[in-house]
Amino acid sequence: MKNEKTVIAGAGVVIGLIAAALVFFGNPANMGFCIACFLRDTSGALGLHSAAAVQYIRPEIIGLVLGSCILALVNKEFKPRGGSAPVTRFVLGMFVMIGCLMFLGCPFRMILRLAGGDLNAVFGLVGFVAGILAGVFFLKRGYTLKRSYKMQKTEGALFPVVEIVLLVLLLAAPAFIHFTEPDGGPGAKHAAIVISLAAGLIVGALAQKTRLCMVGGIRDAVLFREYKLLIGFAAILISAFVGNLILSAVTGNTYFHLGFTGQAVAHTDGLWNALGMMLAGFGCVLLGGCPLRQLVLAGEGNTDSAVAVFGLMTGAAIAHNFGLASSADGPTANGKIAVVIGFVVVCVIAALNSGKKEA
Amino acid sequence: MKTIDARGLSCPEPVIMTKNALASGEKEYEVLVDNVTAKENVTRFAAHQGYQVNATEQGEDYLLKLKK
Repeated sequence: MKNEKTVIAGAGVVIGLIAAALVFFGNPANMGFCIACFLRDTSGALGLHSAAAVQYIRPEIIGLVLGSCILALVNKEFKPRGGSAPVTRFVLGMFVMIGCLMFLGCPFRMILRLAGGDLNAVFGLVGFVAGILAGVFFLKRGYTLKRSYKMQKTEGALFPVVEIVLLVLLLAAPAFIHFTEPDGGPGAKHAAIVISLAAGLIVGALAQKTRLCMVGGIRDAVLFREYKLLIGFAAILISAFVGNLILSAVTGNTYFHLGFTGQAVAHTDGLWNALGMMLAGFGCVLLGGCPLRQLVLAGEGNTDSAVAVFGLMTGAAIAHNFGLASSADGPTANGKIAVVIGFVVVCVIAALNSGKKEA
Repeated sequence: MKTIDARGLSCPEPVIMTKNALASGEKEYEVLVDNVTAKENVTRFAAHQGYQVNATEQGEDYLLKLKK
């Protein structure tokens, strides 16, 4: 058991350093990894939304899924399963994304924003914890999306294959795939494909091995006083922070900027930063894991998680098509309404799936 | 001896079911799970509660025998 904690701490340190390094290699600031942003960029590249500033097939996503998939195959943990309330998971995924795009980042990027000195993410963290507590409230009252079932190998393999197709589309870059123009916004800022892909593969494998989950850490600490996953969360925060300081010292550029204003791809509306992450945290507990964990599980053949990822991508498309996503200028009125609707939907899903005795 | 069937459920549900069942304070339990993460998590939780855990594979599933 001690060994397990050392492994996840070590994995967290490596992941934090890789995340810091990805910014050095070209990713947007405090965005070495952001599952929400990267799925959003991928949705945009596929033309599911037309926000020209955020369109790019992010190789990190492809790498995360395939890294998890490869290690799961090696360890004989690749087990196609599914059938546990897929439509509910799709809807939860949509609203988790809408919450994330209110805040401008998934739980993973929230940690990286903290590590980069972005104090707006403190509000995000407060909301995130509150959202997780709301989820735990329902878990304690018997919340469940019921069991999953064994699926065909082809069913489980389909999502990793989709990622390979995305990689081909990225490399071939046909005219129907949209890429943000140079200097046209966050979508234009990215590390070289091979670096992004390698980073994703390594982090995907480490996350598969350690079951790393940003939501699971706080959830398990509250539910069971079990701190394994929280150690991973803390290790990423510390190592990305140290990584940023090292990069600042070595390159002379600023990778750590403490404060609320002037933060990259962030806004300063504390209340809505908190509410966005609260919705994301709540929804993720109901999904059984953060967006990163959903990608890793989908790589292991979990088709329920694959459906959740499709929900996340659809949520991103909706967020940009309907003007829900925040920008550096702050949240939008439409976005606020969508987050409130999200709370209602997520509460109803939580309540209707709680309180029944297992048949 | 109580048997907890947590097959098909993803964490944390198997651990919550185990936790609720352990509240009855018996000396032995059996927990059925079907994925490695649940096996690890239930084993870890039961060990923290002072149970010895013996895991065996049963086809696609894992049978965890908890003993105090």
